[in-house]
Amino acid sequence: MRQFRSMIYPYIVWLAVMVVVPMLMILLYAFTKEGNDVASIKFSLENFTRFFHDAVFIDVLKRSLIIAVATTVLCVILGYPIAYAIATHSERGRMFWILMITLPTWINMLVRTYAWVGILQDDGLFNRILGLFGIEPIKLMYTTFAVVLGMVYNFIPFMILQIHTSLAKMDKSLIDAAGDLGANRFQTFWRITFPLSLPGVLSGITLVFLPAVSSFFIPKLLGGGQYVLIGNVIETQFITSGDWNFGSAISLIMAIIIILSMYLTRKVDTDPTANGRGE
Amino acid sequence: MSVEKKHSIWAKIILCLTAIFFYLPIVYIIFFSFNESRSLTHFGGFSLRWYEKLFSDNTMMESIVYTIVIAVLATIISTIVGTLAAIGLSRSRRVLRNVVEQVNNLPIMNPEIVTAIGLLMFFSALGLHKGFTTLLLAHVMFCTPYVILSVSPKLRSLDPNLADAALDLGATPMQALIRVIVPQIMPGIVSGALIAFTMSFDDFIISYFVTGNGVNNISILVYTMSKRINPSINALSTLVIALITVVLLIVNLLPMIKEKRRKKV
Repeated sequence: MRQFRSMIYPYIVWLAVMVVVPMLMILLYAFTKEGNDVASIKFSLENFTRFFHDAVFIDVLKRSLIIAVATTVLCVILGYPIAYAIATHSERGRMFWILMITLPTWINMLVRTYAWVGILQDDGLFNRILGLFGIEPIKLMYTTFAVVLGMVYNFIPFMILQIHTSLAKMDKSLIDAAGDLGANRFQTFWRITFPLSLPGVLSGITLVFLPAVSSFFIPKLLGGGQYVLIGNVIETQFITSGDWNFGSAISLIMAIIIILSMYLTRKVDTDPTANGRGE
Repeated sequence: MSVEKKHSIWAKIILCLTAIFFYLPIVYIIFFSFNESRSLTHFGGFSLRWYEKLFSDNTMMESIVYTIVIAVLATIISTIVGTLAAIGLSRSRRVLRNVVEQVNNLPIMNPEIVTAIGLLMFFSALGLHKGFTTLLLAHVMFCTPYVILSVSPKLRSLDPNLADAALDLGATPMQALIRVIVPQIMPGIVSGALIAFTMSFDDFIISYFVTGNGVNNISILVYTMSKRINPSINALSTLVIALITVVLLIVNLLPMIKEKRRKKV
């Protein structure tokens, strides 16, 4: 029993060095000014004031949040019927469809995002199909539509899988009971199925919102160089302009927004009055 | 009954549209990788010229080799480290276990870009040169937590007396570990290793920040090349898709085949 207990210690050291120290370094850089060495650390809030006093950055932050929320909402609206449709199948059919949904997620996200470039071009597949119906080509590449499409495409599997799991776990006899007691299908769905699947929806929201708000290659590939989200600002600070202090501060701001939104989602989850049942 | 029927037609329509949405871009990119012309939108006849170009391009071939070498090494290391840590963790006191589990979840919960810049600054503070070493260290760092998450549940359902029995019967701790514990938790180890491999193979964000000096993986190459239209990316992507599909089909089909055989017997 005890023999194996000591096997955890090397990993604790590894975690401390590779996980905790880098996180602390982000904190340190965010609250200090450029050019400090260990001897002369000066704490300052300048990186944060710079961010919040610049209208450009505030706009970027707003746009990132709007896009992330839009992506999340679309993933719920589209993902729920898909998960529901899968859940109506037999065990075998469910396994097949879950495999169909998961297979693409194992393929490189960058490759899957790049795959849309050809489809969304002005003379691409999408516009050619529109052309068959005599509709003038629409500019799709390098638009908000393309960015949101890319995000929904990449992240909706997380939503579908989460909702499906909670639907599949549900006690089916509850639905029969509701029917026997005279509820119609809509009532059964709204009063029984939906509240019971809410935990899946909420964890799906977290899984979609988090990568959506921090993504930087989807806006770059499908939105073009001019399309800047908060992730792109962080990338620029670290890859091109080299202002690590400012970059750390921005990623800290982003992390706080994510933690806050996750906290709020969880609060809805544990608050029984929030799902309308008020037990 | 009629309600059920109508219901399943709707389900079929929704799922067909889903399948088209999910697989259209993948089929599209595979199709255009065989395009004779440069265009991403007009098919000018079948040709393998982009594959020829891919195989004769050193940077591209190197990136494939780096991706595979890093993925294999990171999988081996993180599977061993993660399995040992998970076993140690299952025997630890609760307080310690909770703390380690929380910290272990950090790289999974954090946005990848945050993990990436943390590692970038950490490696540079150590004075490590950006390249193969930093890339491998980073990959082991984000793969190991997934191995632990996948092995731990198997350990929880394991009878703790088994290892003790082996020790009482004269096995050394090493023998008890390899002959008794590891075989029992093998399914967890295998699925952990699979997750680690695909995580490493597909990673872009963390790799992009911590690597340098010409050491690129496939994702980084696609990112930097996609600024101009370059049909070799289609060929490269098709290879990636083919490889991952084969691995996943094997992993998913093997248990089904085994199951069928067992049923026959």
